Amino acid sequence: MMKFRRMKKSTRTSFFTYALVIVAFLVIQILRGTVGIGSLLEGQLIPICAYIVMAVSLNLVVGISGELSLGHAGFMSVGAFAGCSMANALQNVVAAEPVRLVIAILFGALMAALAGFLIGIPVLRLNGDYLAIVTLAFGEIIKTIVTNLYVGVDGNGLQASFVNDNTKLAEGGIALIKGPMGVSNAARISSFVAGFLLVMLTLIIVFNLVNSRAGRAIMATRDNRIAAESVGISVTKYKLMAFTVSAALAGAAGTLYGCSQITFAANKFDFNTSILILVFVVLGGLGNMWGSVIAAAALTILPEALRQFSDYRMLVYAIVLILVMLATNSPAIRSFFIRIFRREKDEDGPSRSMKKEAAK
Amino acid sequence: MSRLERREETKMVPVPSHSIVPERDVNKAPILECSHLGIDFGGLTAVNDFNLTVGRTEIAGLIGPNGAGKTTVFNLLTKVYQPTRGTIMVDGKDTHGMNTVQVNRAGIARTFQNIRLFDKLSVEDNVKIGLHNQIKYPMWSGMFRLPGYWKKEKLAHESAMELLHIFDMEDLANHQAGSLPYGAQRRLEIVRALASNPSLLLLDEPAAGMNPSETADLMENILKIRDTFHIAIMLIEHDMNLVMGICEGICVLNFGEIIAKGTPSEIQNNPKVIEAYLGSQKKEG
Repeated sequence: MMKFRRMKKSTRTSFFTYALVIVAFLVIQILRGTVGIGSLLEGQLIPICAYIVMAVSLNLVVGISGELSLGHAGFMSVGAFAGCSMANALQNVVAAEPVRLVIAILFGALMAALAGFLIGIPVLRLNGDYLAIVTLAFGEIIKTIVTNLYVGVDGNGLQASFVNDNTKLAEGGIALIKGPMGVSNAARISSFVAGFLLVMLTLIIVFNLVNSRAGRAIMATRDNRIAAESVGISVTKYKLMAFTVSAALAGAAGTLYGCSQITFAANKFDFNTSILILVFVVLGGLGNMWGSVIAAAALTILPEALRQFSDYRMLVYAIVLILVMLATNSPAIRSFFIRIFRREKDEDGPSRSMKKEAAK
Repeated sequence: MSRLERREETKMVPVPSHSIVPERDVNKAPILECSHLGIDFGGLTAVNDFNLTVGRTEIAGLIGPNGAGKTTVFNLLTKVYQPTRGTIMVDGKDTHGMNTVQVNRAGIARTFQNIRLFDKLSVEDNVKIGLHNQIKYPMWSGMFRLPGYWKKEKLAHESAMELLHIFDMEDLANHQAGSLPYGAQRRLEIVRALASNPSLLLLDEPAAGMNPSETADLMENILKIRDTFHIAIMLIEHDMNLVMGICEGICVLNFGEIIAKGTPSEIQNNPKVIEAYLGSQKKEG
């Protein structure tokens, strides 16, 4: 316990978040094994994991790098289509589903990272509202491209066409992406365990990145661009780095999500999804990763839990959202939390070193 | 006259006759040479025909009334603005076409008149950001905590603490930079600039808002920095006790042009300088 207290605050926060996710995972696994958690929640487990990864990765761009991106679902889309296509193409080559899933997720992440990198080069020259609007446009462009894309694989290799289906697959060929019909998965290879592992990996990557040289450079460009440049930090390079890492994680989340569905289409990853993820991030707190985890989980379950309100479901959802936002931003409630954590905070401060001095 | 021609012209006079480089630096190549430096903002000429040579270990002062263009000169040296005319040579290298980041790597670090710290980060992290190009490891190494990460982070921590020790700020290492008192923020900015291992340190009003005893400490510390790191320091300051006390060469700017250069005693007795600061008696009479 003493050792835990002596740790840096950032280290403590990351360990707290890991513990939170592991405990939640174990509780759910035990419940599933014993009393069951109901089919509604059961079906939401993998999407929750995917949305947690989405929220944490968007928090890297919005909270840590300080740029508002409204096209995050676009990278999820790239990951879902690239990753699931890979999984379906390999269905006769790699028999073991977990191995196929790992390959698919890696491929999805790679493709999304590539898309993030290419989009980031022009987009990150802008900042503020302009950047937000351009990322929004790119999200829509990705959606439109994928809606019109036909890809198949057969004995002759990869076949692709645009707008009209001209792939003309040979006997035994597999249609991977079928334009507006999207992707039909041969098997739902995603599992809750895989989702949990991906959430953990995402948290580890993001926390470690933030507490490293690159992470400090990213936060420096956020806090003061001119000062960061004056100590030799290339602003574009580090903004691009945050954007690409975030896109790669979103791609991995997309693959996880896509491979949990029987079929999905590009319009699943539209502007509304981007905004939904941004809501998770803002509700959880900018730069606050465990906040994103809780917000993503809670707000994904909430619409399902509100089914009893039937027609008024989205109305109640919106009201709950407004109330939570008001509550977390109210000074009274904030000071309540500060009072709880104050004792702990004081021990980090100068008073501790002063006490040491006095002891000498 | 083109920029190139100007350079040819200045090359013919290796050490300008009006040089204020201290004697010990005369035989070493100067760290900074500005010739005919100027910038226009639209039709307004903010700085014009600025010539200055700063020696290896010189403490140089840049003074002048408000709006004379002192900070603009700093912004030109660090390429926050690209000069319209003239050349800047840092350590014998022409900085033409360089950006702020490249100029920092060439050896210029600065502080700002309106403090620009990374407010939300800790004091230690602010210094570590200054060490960005001194202690390097790849992103992957940090992301997956490879052995290189631990080794370099330990080194960064030790270096940061050592630098903070100059201003006795180790105790504040875990504090948020934005929560520090004003004087400490100014000192932290100097430490951060020093962390980037400059050969020329530009201080923009380092004593602004400090009380006399803090200013006296600052003077001592500026001398200490020069003697420990063997670097040149150029400062803009309105506190004449500080300027006259530690600067070896002083350059006076008014309306974007140099009106006087020399040692502190020369400057104090220069009628043009007195006129710039106090106004001419004839006009008033």
